[in-house]
Amino acid sequence: MVCLHLLRLGAVPIKTVQIIAEGVEFYLGVTPIIHPDILDPDRAFDLDRGQYHATRLLENLEAFHQSPHERVLGLTEVDLFIPILTFVFGEARLNNPCALLSLRRLSPQFYGLPNNPNQTLHRAIVEAIHELGHTFGLLHCSDYRCVMHASRLADDIDLKGPGFCAECARHLQSQKLSPRITAK
Amino acid sequence: MNDKSRILVVDDEQVIRNALHDWFAEDGYVVETACDAREALKKLDDALWDIVLLDIKMPGMDGLELQSHITEIQPQAVVIIMTAYASVDTAVQALKAGAYDYVQKPIDPEELEHLIEKASEHQKLLRENRQLKQRLENLSTEDMPEIVGESPGIRHVKDLIRTVAQTNATVLITGESGTGKELVARAIHRGSPRHHMPMVTAHCAGLPEGLVESELFGHEKGAFTGASYRRKGKFELADGGTIFFDEIADISPKTQIDLLRVLQEKTFTRLGGTQPVQTDFRVIAATNRNLSHAVDQGLFRQDLYYRLNVFTIDIPPLREHPEDILLMAQHFVEKYAREMNRQANHISQEAMAYLKTCLWPGNVRELENAIERAVVVQTGEEVQLSDLPLLQSKNIPSNDDLSLAEQEKHHIQSVLDLMDGNVTRTAKALSIDRVTLYNKIRKYGLKRSP
Repeated sequence: MVCLHLLRLGAVPIKTVQIIAEGVEFYLGVTPIIHPDILDPDRAFDLDRGQYHATRLLENLEAFHQSPHERVLGLTEVDLFIPILTFVFGEARLNNPCALLSLRRLSPQFYGLPNNPNQTLHRAIVEAIHELGHTFGLLHCSDYRCVMHASRLADDIDLKGPGFCAECARHLQSQKLSPRITAK
Repeated sequence: MNDKSRILVVDDEQVIRNALHDWFAEDGYVVETACDAREALKKLDDALWDIVLLDIKMPGMDGLELQSHITEIQPQAVVIIMTAYASVDTAVQALKAGAYDYVQKPIDPEELEHLIEKASEHQKLLRENRQLKQRLENLSTEDMPEIVGESPGIRHVKDLIRTVAQTNATVLITGESGTGKELVARAIHRGSPRHHMPMVTAHCAGLPEGLVESELFGHEKGAFTGASYRRKGKFELADGGTIFFDEIADISPKTQIDLLRVLQEKTFTRLGGTQPVQTDFRVIAATNRNLSHAVDQGLFRQDLYYRLNVFTIDIPPLREHPEDILLMAQHFVEKYAREMNRQANHISQEAMAYLKTCLWPGNVRELENAIERAVVVQTGEEVQLSDLPLLQSKNIPSNDDLSLAEQEKHHIQSVLDLMDGNVTRTAKALSIDRVTLYNKIRKYGLKRSP
């Protein structure tokens, strides 16, 4: 039985975390445990770039991982980067139990557009499931409707849904998960 | 997401290598990393890579120097240069050295994705292009589908073609009329590194004396009455490729001198022009005459003969490799049936036996013409003896003084012999009725049993 921990890195409203947890539970078939602890992301702050180093934050999360059946998803509102790229929405490594997601660039406000909390939350659920998919060994999917399809821009996330294509779902089912298959 | 391009990331910073490794792995690419040029060269020795992402600033050998090695070791690899310090100079330097593209770190995720997709597509096209070229080369040098025959004589000709094709040597092809000299020339050209460029044929016997210079060297506008525009000659048209002189023995003494000069200097001047034109061509010449005898008789320049006679391929006449006749005949039946949309796919036993008795003074061309005619007139799947034209047979004395009646007598006798004296089959083969055949047998006193 897979156990999923949700952790906050810096200030993230608990309500937001709960909604993401519900979305993850519905589409991935795993009930997350929301941790009360809030990790400080400042040690990963890069002065030159004014962003937070995603890989370092990911390493912090690894301390919370105890057994092979556990997954850890960190949620933050800080802007993430990895050195080679200008930004990342989140980070996860294939078959590595920890994943990280930033809400910062998911909000339309970041792009100078009117605030739309529902859209931001929808994007957050989709990307949280996407990053967790990588922790279960899923690669990017060529089906544009599948949650595992790569999104390089926030708008790309709106094109896909939170569900999995049949092939990605089969992969997760083989790991005793009950994912939702996206409607065709 | 693609058909698994292989990506090698070369960067001295581990965080960059790891980040790119994970990034590409999530997209399903096969990816490995190297921390410096030495490790990269080792990985380039060990395996083929489709895309190499290369940091420009590295300790030891820098990215640009490594790029030049990659171009030598794995020319198929697409190299993308990455740098943290973008400048127009380094970008130009990288692109001039053959890099596919140039990106500045940090890279926008969308830009990186597009770049890799574009590079993968480019790589795929390059690979397809190479495979197609390879198939063409194999088709031309290995199979030589147009040169049919398994006799020792034809096998020897094919071996010589393979030997000389890859070189730049001048080739003299000799053989009787109709033996396929131009086909051999084309096979040499297609098997050569020049096969992407044209093979230009100059039919020396057909070059009008007054126009030969213009044909070979071209002319400038106004060089002579009617020269209303500049025209390239055959030497210029063959630039980078091959020029084939058919029936070389037929060129005039003056043209022999001109030709010799061009072969020696590889430069010439267009008619009416003053500027020398330099071209790069390979020469293949063919003749059905004995050029050595022509030299002895003073009809052909000795120096030109030596220039042309670097590597000789002598094609045997068909009568010297009769074992190939049936193979060739079958090949031509299939070829013309395909071209004419006919059902013919094989030759009857009688027709085969007849073809074997023919003398073939016109060699393969005569055989091809005979089969072409047969495919035109036949109706079923089998080419019959009656479909074939009357050919010069070993059973018919080839004496021009013989009367028509004598020719007829010998021909009917030979067909009767072929058909073991069977009147019905003989009449059918001769396209006459049985009564007429009986009358002819009686008239000429022919024997019905061999």
